[in-house]
Amino acid sequence: MSRNAVLKPIVFVACLASAVELAVEFFRSSLGPDPVATLQHQTGMTTLVLLFVTLAITPLRRITGLLWLVQYRRMIGLFAFFYGTLHLLTYVVLDQSFNLDAIAADVVKRPFIFAGTLSFLLMVPLALTSTQRAIRRMGKNWQTLHRLVYLSAAAGVVHFYWEVKLDRTQPLIFAWILAALLAYRVAYRLWERWRRTSPAPTAAPAE
Amino acid sequence: MFIRKKSGSDIPYSEVTPKSLYMDRRRFLAAAAGVGAAALAGDKLLDLIHPGASAHADTRLQYSKSQYSTTEKETPYQDVTHYNNFYEFSTDKDGPAKLAGTFHPLPWTISVDGHVKNKMKLDYDAIMKLAPLEERIYRHRCVEGWSIVVPWIGFSLNNLINKVQPTSKAKFVEFTSVYRPSEMPGQRTNILDWPYVEGLRLDEAMHPLTMLTVGMYGQTLPNQDGAPVRLTVPWKYGFKSAKSIVEIKFIDYMPETSWHRAAPNEYGFYSNVNPHVDHPRWSQATERRLGDFFRRPTLMFNGYDQVAPLYTGMDLRKWF
Repeated sequence: MSRNAVLKPIVFVACLASAVELAVEFFRSSLGPDPVATLQHQTGMTTLVLLFVTLAITPLRRITGLLWLVQYRRMIGLFAFFYGTLHLLTYVVLDQSFNLDAIAADVVKRPFIFAGTLSFLLMVPLALTSTQRAIRRMGKNWQTLHRLVYLSAAAGVVHFYWEVKLDRTQPLIFAWILAALLAYRVAYRLWERWRRTSPAPTAAPAE
Repeated sequence: MFIRKKSGSDIPYSEVTPKSLYMDRRRFLAAAAGVGAAALAGDKLLDLIHPGASAHADTRLQYSKSQYSTTEKETPYQDVTHYNNFYEFSTDKDGPAKLAGTFHPLPWTISVDGHVKNKMKLDYDAIMKLAPLEERIYRHRCVEGWSIVVPWIGFSLNNLINKVQPTSKAKFVEFTSVYRPSEMPGQRTNILDWPYVEGLRLDEAMHPLTMLTVGMYGQTLPNQDGAPVRLTVPWKYGFKSAKSIVEIKFIDYMPETSWHRAAPNEYGFYSNVNPHVDHPRWSQATERRLGDFFRRPTLMFNGYDQVAPLYTGMDLRKWF
């Protein structure tokens, strides 16, 4: 069996696990004293984690040389969007009971709601252009567009940071990881440029 | 006396064997033996020899019903005891229930000092004898936007205040919670400035709704809910109701309270429940009653309109 045939279902199930767990606990009434808060926190957390996994894939494959890792990036990214949608729904349905006026007022008035909304909206074009056809048709623009994922992740971290009452340990951990991932990209870019411009005697041709 | 017991002898509360011990002695002994760890077993053994030193939660109390009770549905005991903001133990809601077992609420002493005629040091039994116990079912609204309905047991704080007789200099009352980092893991972090300090204006403290609370759901307070003595101020956000109080001080200035110190623009001294004054980061217009799926409107003063005269002429936006 090919690696993909084995790994793909595993990655799929791993991504879905959090939602299944929440659904099971929901029907067993074991989400704790404030089930809505648990749903909200868990879906938000999973969104961020999966977004970060997609961001970590490029550095990981460069460092480890496991080029095939990228095959799972789209699926994980779409799952991030899926959890982000669930997270948004808990707010729209359970917190605001579909009251669109109240939601609009909230988005404008509350920086943390604004940041969360921004994070979600930035994921929408990425999810829509995730098909093979879109990738082919958009060519170089696809990559440019999909750099928005960094903005989405940053907005998500800010959303988390502004939401917590006092103990900012967790959002700060996300912030540091995000900074490290960005720093890696910048360092890689600089290194690439330096390698290309430096007069190396046996300059390898570009990939 | 308020204890249900077979004999009529007058024994102090601190001597009453916690229910967990007399109900469950055999299992308790087996567990203590089974653990094997000498230190832990020793600690448990001490509890057996000297009951009341720990495992405080569930001594039954006797009390009368109160006219101040709401008829709303009580939040289940399990939820109220497993969804706590008690940063002395943990910032997780389920943390205090897990970690509060190491806390020893007895023996206990509250110092009452400052501008009063009669400074006092009250031990647990003296506190229990200050006034007849009442059960008051209050709404409790957290500043985070959730709420519960709790049958507290205690009495109006003014019973104590009248006893110590504040002088004319006393304008505010400062409540200091216990500082025991060895028993309270959250106090080994600097998430808040320890010990926890809260405060009320003297007239707020005198208001009959303000309770000195020693129990809930028919029994003494569990550790994670502020054993053995806490404050309950039902028209203010939950953090104003200081837990595990060791000092009550009457002062002539507005005390610097813990949450105000941590974030002065977010947590004011008054912190009255007010749907019209939002937290800088989130709305206070609605709340979710634990267990509900949808939010409900938050009521001015948490529905305790009788306190409104305390704030006549005050701009509650400024004095949030």
